Amino acid sequence: MRAVIAEDSVLLRIGLVKVLDMAGFDVAAETEDAEGLLRAVEEHRPQLALVDVRMPPGFTDEGVRAALMIRQQWPDTAVLLLSQYVEERYAADLLATQTGGIGYLLKQRVADVEEFVDALKRVAAGGTALDPQVVAQLLLRRGGGTDPLERLTPREREVLALMAEGRSNAGIAAELVVSESAVAKHINNIFAKLDLPVADGDHRRVLAVLRFLDGGPA
Amino acid sequence: MATPGPLRRAYHWSAAHAPWSAWAWRNTALVAASIPVAVPVMLALAYTFSNPGHLLKTLGSVLLLRPLLTLLQRSRLWSLAGLDIPKIPWAHRWYHPHGILPRLRAESTWRQYGYHLLVSPLTALGGALVVLGWAAGAGCALVYSWVWALPENYRPPGWTQQYTAFTVLGVVLLIATPWAAALIAHFDHRAATALLGPNRAKELERRVEDLAESRADILDAADLERRRIERDLHDGAQQRLVSLAMNLGIARATLTDLPPEARAVIDEAHREAKEAIEELSNLVRGLHPAVLEDRGLDAAISGIAARAPFPVALTVDLPQRPTPTVEAVAYFVVSETLANVAKHARATRCRVHVRRRAQLLTITVEDDGVGGADPAGGTGLLGLRKRVGSVDGTIRINSPHGGPTVITVELPCGL
Repeated sequence: MRAVIAEDSVLLRIGLVKVLDMAGFDVAAETEDAEGLLRAVEEHRPQLALVDVRMPPGFTDEGVRAALMIRQQWPDTAVLLLSQYVEERYAADLLATQTGGIGYLLKQRVADVEEFVDALKRVAAGGTALDPQVVAQLLLRRGGGTDPLERLTPREREVLALMAEGRSNAGIAAELVVSESAVAKHINNIFAKLDLPVADGDHRRVLAVLRFLDGGPA
Repeated sequence: MATPGPLRRAYHWSAAHAPWSAWAWRNTALVAASIPVAVPVMLALAYTFSNPGHLLKTLGSVLLLRPLLTLLQRSRLWSLAGLDIPKIPWAHRWYHPHGILPRLRAESTWRQYGYHLLVSPLTALGGALVVLGWAAGAGCALVYSWVWALPENYRPPGWTQQYTAFTVLGVVLLIATPWAAALIAHFDHRAATALLGPNRAKELERRVEDLAESRADILDAADLERRRIERDLHDGAQQRLVSLAMNLGIARATLTDLPPEARAVIDEAHREAKEAIEELSNLVRGLHPAVLEDRGLDAAISGIAARAPFPVALTVDLPQRPTPTVEAVAYFVVSETLANVAKHARATRCRVHVRRRAQLLTITVEDDGVGGADPAGGTGLLGLRKRVGSVDGTIRINSPHGGPTVITVELPCGL
């Protein structure tokens, strides 16, 4: 699998190349700004782009804008964004069109190499990887009014948060130390409480996460 | 009175009225000295009385002479009464293109004009009376010695009885004159302080403005410094630590055939590196997180609210961003109060409300904890109060024992 990296800190870039190697990716290009990233993606058509949110020249949200462009123009390229801090709106923007092939992690998560490699693989395979902090921030209830999310039990919210992070049922079960069937039961309760139509399972899962994310940013 | 000069401290009414006291003579000198200064004005006024048609010319020339007259009066009051009348501060010299007009418009100019035109002639008249009083008093009191000094045949007949009245009058004059001098000097003091110097209220107003400005500068500088430190830490130490932790993580994941002791050491180092990253990000968060500068209060507060160990309901209603300094204070308020709630309140949930209406940013933090927060005690609340006060904000803490606690902070953002 091919990957490209856009990260302006040389130190981090070197480390990221090593981790990508470990995860079995073939790093086709390393760039340090959004423009270089777009050129590299066009040239190499990688399965994964690992992108820093804050890059030259503006050091604001260049990475997010590049990611949106990549997802639009080259849908086969998954994007995993690394950010110094969480901005829910970025997550909402990224997930607005599709929930697959997108990741949004805090930079410091790269230290947990095994988990980071999992996230890389998951995103490259068309899954989602949201930082727990992103999820926590999206879970903040904003404004008044009744929110269907309010109807969820704490346990169900935990499960939904892990779903939003992109975990599989098995992954959620391992995280919460419960059986997989218990997780499936929780998920069915969530679907029911969020009034999601009975349809193909994966689709409902995405809808639940979207409902959850919609409840987030005002 | 404005600034009592060094001599005024010794001023004492009763002592000042004895004819032999130094004060009596100082007062005399002060009022007498006003005569020469007022002479040109008095002459001009006298001239106008006889030629009313030249009124404007007279008034104009006094206006032209105003700076010189003020200079003379200030010097007279300082050297003879120790009264320091502050100069009116001007942005430009009078001959500067922008010098004349502001002077003509300033009320201080017209107050001084009033002093020179009305008070100074009155003081001078008083001064003349005082001088006359001393002279006549001395002359009359010593009338016997004058007459006695005359040759025998020039003395009026029966003078030994007749002139007693003169002597009494002279003594009365000598006693009364210091009183008059003191009275006129007092009047002069008050008038000069009120009319010649800068307006006290105006001066205070200007001073407050200066202070507010310099305080804002200092706050901005401190804030800028915090942001600079944050950037430095982020671009330097934090990146290095992340890279270090990542390398240790790679080592842990790939070097699987190491002896268990070596693996334990790598594990330990990896854990410590991650903790160092966490500590450093906490430190940066306490300073001035980048998210605050880049994305504003909403995003920054969501970050700390999401990290709180209890559920936080957050509403942020900010039609426009406040200044960076106010944002920094608001961020600090929320982060500090949430930390306090976590530490002391034993709350199960918390509600944070941030709202801007016109020029007022209101932050309300409400918890369902045990209450009893003491606004005076605890460095946390004290630091909060100081930080809020630095931008003229107010803080209200309502925390009865048994709870709940409501903290309301209002920050003006129209500065």
